[in-house]
Amino acid sequence: MITYSFLQHYWWFLISLLGGLLAFLLFVQGGQSMLFSLPGNDGQKKIMLSLLGRKWEYTFTTLVTFGGALFASFPLFYSTSFGGAYWLWMLILLSFVLQAVSYEFRSRPGNVFGTKTYDIFLFINGLLGTLLIGVVVGTFFTGSDFTVARDNITTVGAPVISRWGNAWHGLEAVADPRNLCLGAAMLFLARTLALLLFINRAGDEALRARCRRGLWCNALPFVVFFLVFVVWTFLGNGYAVDAATGEVVVQRHKYFLNMVEMPAVGIAFLLGVAGVLYGIVVSLACAGVRHGIWAAGIGTVVTVASLLLTAGYNGTAFYPSNADLQSSLTIFNASSSFFTLKVMSVVSLLIPFVLAYIVYAWRYMGPYENYRMGEML
Amino acid sequence: MGFLTASLVEWSRAQFAMTAMYHWVFVPLTLGLGVVMAVMETLYVRTGREEWRMAARFWMRLFGINFAFGVATGLVLEFQFGTNWSNYSWFVGDIFGAPLAIEAILAFFMEATFISLMFFGWKKLSRGAHLASTWLTVAGATISALWILVANAWMQYPVGMEFNPDTVRNEMHDFWSILLSPVAINKFSHTVLSGWVLGALFVTGVSAWFLLRRRNTDFALRSLKVGTAFGVAASLLVIATGHGSATNVARYQPMKLAAMEALYDGYEGVELVGVGILNPQKESWDDGVQPVVGRIAFPKMLSFLGFSDFNAFVPGIRDIIEGGYEMPDGREALSFEEMQARGRLAIQALAEYRSAVEAGDAAAAAVHKEELRRNYAYFGYGYLETPEALIPPVGLTFYSFRIMVVLGMWFILLFLVAGFCVWKRDIARQRWLLWAALLTVPLGYLAGEAGWVVAEVGRQPWAIQDILPVQAAISSISAESVRLTFFIFLVLFSVLLVAEVRIMLRQIKRGPDATVPAGTIDKPEK
Repeated sequence: MITYSFLQHYWWFLISLLGGLLAFLLFVQGGQSMLFSLPGNDGQKKIMLSLLGRKWEYTFTTLVTFGGALFASFPLFYSTSFGGAYWLWMLILLSFVLQAVSYEFRSRPGNVFGTKTYDIFLFINGLLGTLLIGVVVGTFFTGSDFTVARDNITTVGAPVISRWGNAWHGLEAVADPRNLCLGAAMLFLARTLALLLFINRAGDEALRARCRRGLWCNALPFVVFFLVFVVWTFLGNGYAVDAATGEVVVQRHKYFLNMVEMPAVGIAFLLGVAGVLYGIVVSLACAGVRHGIWAAGIGTVVTVASLLLTAGYNGTAFYPSNADLQSSLTIFNASSSFFTLKVMSVVSLLIPFVLAYIVYAWRYMGPYENYRMGEML
Repeated sequence: MGFLTASLVEWSRAQFAMTAMYHWVFVPLTLGLGVVMAVMETLYVRTGREEWRMAARFWMRLFGINFAFGVATGLVLEFQFGTNWSNYSWFVGDIFGAPLAIEAILAFFMEATFISLMFFGWKKLSRGAHLASTWLTVAGATISALWILVANAWMQYPVGMEFNPDTVRNEMHDFWSILLSPVAINKFSHTVLSGWVLGALFVTGVSAWFLLRRRNTDFALRSLKVGTAFGVAASLLVIATGHGSATNVARYQPMKLAAMEALYDGYEGVELVGVGILNPQKESWDDGVQPVVGRIAFPKMLSFLGFSDFNAFVPGIRDIIEGGYEMPDGREALSFEEMQARGRLAIQALAEYRSAVEAGDAAAAAVHKEELRRNYAYFGYGYLETPEALIPPVGLTFYSFRIMVVLGMWFILLFLVAGFCVWKRDIARQRWLLWAALLTVPLGYLAGEAGWVVAEVGRQPWAIQDILPVQAAISSISAESVRLTFFIFLVLFSVLLVAEVRIMLRQIKRGPDATVPAGTIDKPEK
C-alpha cells in the first residue's frame, strides 16, 4: 500500500540521490578551478577542457533537475530557501550562467572577450559553485534564519508566507564556520574527483603525474574539512520532530543517533566514506592505478546521499529554522500533496530508462580519448 | 530616474520579464533551426548527397552556438520562481512544480545526451544513428517546450486543482486536465510553431546573405528551398493556432482581449482594429474618450475571431469592471466591486477557518470552509484595491499585438514570394527580395517577443488568473536587492549576447564549407 508518508520518504530519497549525483558531477567544477594551476602547458589544458567539456551539461542538467524535483516534491523548501537565501542562490546562479556559455564560446572566433576571459569564468564557477553549494547543504544541519506563517496569506497588505530574519538574505550562511567547512570540503572533493578523472581518462602521462602530485594538496584538505564537519555535526545538536505533535525540538547528537537508528544509512555512509578514501589512497599509493575515480565517485554519491537522508529521515527537520524552531521544514510539512507525489512517482519510474540511454549512448560513442574539442567544428 | 524607486513587485516583474525575454531570443531558434537541420540531415541520409550533409552541419554549428545561452537563461528562469516569487512557489507549487520537474527528467537529459552525440558523433555513429540523435535533440527541445508551456498555460487558465485551506495552497487533483487543457494545447502549438517560423526566417535570411555575397550559391539555394517551404507551412499553422489563441483569450481572459484591442465599451459585432493610434487624451477607463484614433478596422472581425460569430458581444474594459453582461458560459458577469467583495470574503473565510481549526471548533470550521469554497474563484480579487488594478497596460498590449500580427502577415508574404522565386525564378537576381529576407531576420525576433508581451503583460495583474495577483506572489526581499540583481543580469546577459551575435556572424561568414580543424577527426566516416 502506497501511503503519503511512503511517498514523502521516497521523494526525499530521490532528492538525496540527486544531491549525491550532483556532488559527484561537480568534478567538472573541481577541474575548472584548477585550469590555471594544474596543466603544465596548453596541450594539457586542452585535454582537461576536452574531458570536462563533454560532461558540463550533465552537471548543469542535474542541478536543474535537482531544483525542479525540489520544486515539485518539497515546494515549501523551494519557496522558503530560494526566496529567503536570495543572495546565496543568486551567486550560485550567476556562476553557473558564466559556465553555461564558456565551453561553447571560449575557442570560437569573434568571442569578444578572448579565451582567457571565458577560462576565468570557468574558474569562478569552479570555485564559487562548489563552495556555495556546500554552504547551502551545510544549512540543512546548522539551520537558517527564517519563519513560515501560512496565515500571512490572509493579510492582504503583507501576504508573504516565508520570511527571512535578516537583511543578508543567505550570505550570513557563509560566515558560519561549520557551513564553510562543508563548502571547503565540497570544493576540495570536487577538485580531488577531477584529478582522479584525469588520471583515469587522460592519455597524457605528464598530466597524469601532475594529477597524482596534486592529489595530496586537495585530498588532504578535503579529508580534514569533511572530518571537522562530520564530527562537529555528530557531536552537536540536531533538530528532531515529534511524530505525534509535529513539534520540533533541539536534540543532542541527533544526526549521529540517526546514523545509529537507521543502520542501513549509517553503513552506507561508512561504505561511501571508505569508497572515497580508497579511491584517493589507491591512486596516491600505486602509480599504475587509474581506476580510483570509480570508487571515489560511487563513494561520493553514497556519502552525500546518506548525509541528506540523515538530515530528512527518522523524524528530523531537514531545513531547520534558527529564528522559529516550529517553522522548521520537514519532509511532512514541506512536501507536495499525495496526488502530486503520486504523479511524480510515476514519472520517476522513467529515470532508469533515462540513465540507460545516457549510458548506452556514451558506450556507443566509444572511449573519450578518441575524440577531441573542436571536432564539431 | 523615477524607475529606480519602483516597488519590489515592479522590480521582480522587470527581472523576470528581462530574463524571459533574453531566454526567448534563443529558444525559438533552437526549436525552428533544429527542425531545419534535421530535415536537411534526413535528406542527406535518404539521397546520400554530400551537399545536404554540409548544409545540415552548417546549421548545426549555429544551433550549437545558440543553444548554450538558452540553457543559461533557462536555469535563471527556473530558479527565479523561488527567489523572486516565493509565495507563488508555495501557493501553486504543488501544480506548477510538477511540469518543471518532468521537463528536467524527460527533456533536459534527452537534449544533453543527444546534442553531444549530434555534435561529436559524425565520425562515431552510423548515418542512421546520427540522424536519430539529431531528431532526438529536436524532440528533447520540443518536449521541454511542451512542459514549460503547459505550466504557463495553467497560470492563464488554472484547472485540475483544488484549494486546500489546511496547507494554504492549491493542490493538483487532475493531471490530465492540466496537460490537455485547451489553453495548454493551443499555447504549445502556437508557441512552437512561432519558433519554427523564426527558424525558417533565420535560414531564409542567412541564405539570402550568401546569395547577396554571390558565394556558396548551391548551398544557399538548397537552404532557401527548405527554409521557405518550412516557413510557409509553419506560418499558415501559426495563423490557425493564432485563431485558437484568440478564442481562448476571449473565453478565459476577456480583459486581455479588451486590452489587446483597447476596447473600453463592448458591443455586438465588434470590429478588429488593424492599424490605429491610442488616444493620449484617454486618461481613465470610464471617461468616455475615444480610445483609438486614426484607425483602420475590419468590421465584426473581433467578434468572429473571439467567438466564431460575427455578431457576438465582446466585453470592453468598462463592461468587465462594471459587470452585468452575459459571459460565454451563460452566467452574468459580476462587477469588480462584487468580485472584490467575494475575494475578501474568501480571504476572511480562510483566516476564520484556520482560527476555528486551531481552536478545535469543527462546526465553525466547516461553515467557514464552505464559505471559502463558494467564493474561492474570486480569491485573488480580494488583494486588489481599485478597479484600475484590474486593467493591464493597454498601450503595451495593444501595440505589441499589432506588431506581432502585422509582422506575421509580412512573414507569410515573404515566404510565399521567396518560395516562388526560389522554385520558379532565379532568386539570386532578385536582390531586393534577398535584402528583404535578410532584414526580416531581426523582425522575427521582434514578433516573438511581442507575442510574449501580449500573453504576459496582457494578463496582468495576475500571476495566476483570478486567484493570485502578482503583489501576493512575491518574495519578502528588498526592492534594492532585486534592483541590483536586475542590473547584474542585464549587464551579464547583454555582454554575452553581444559575444554570441559576433560568434554567430563570424561562423556564418566562414560558410558551410569551413574546414574542420586539423587533427580533430580520428576515423573515416562510416
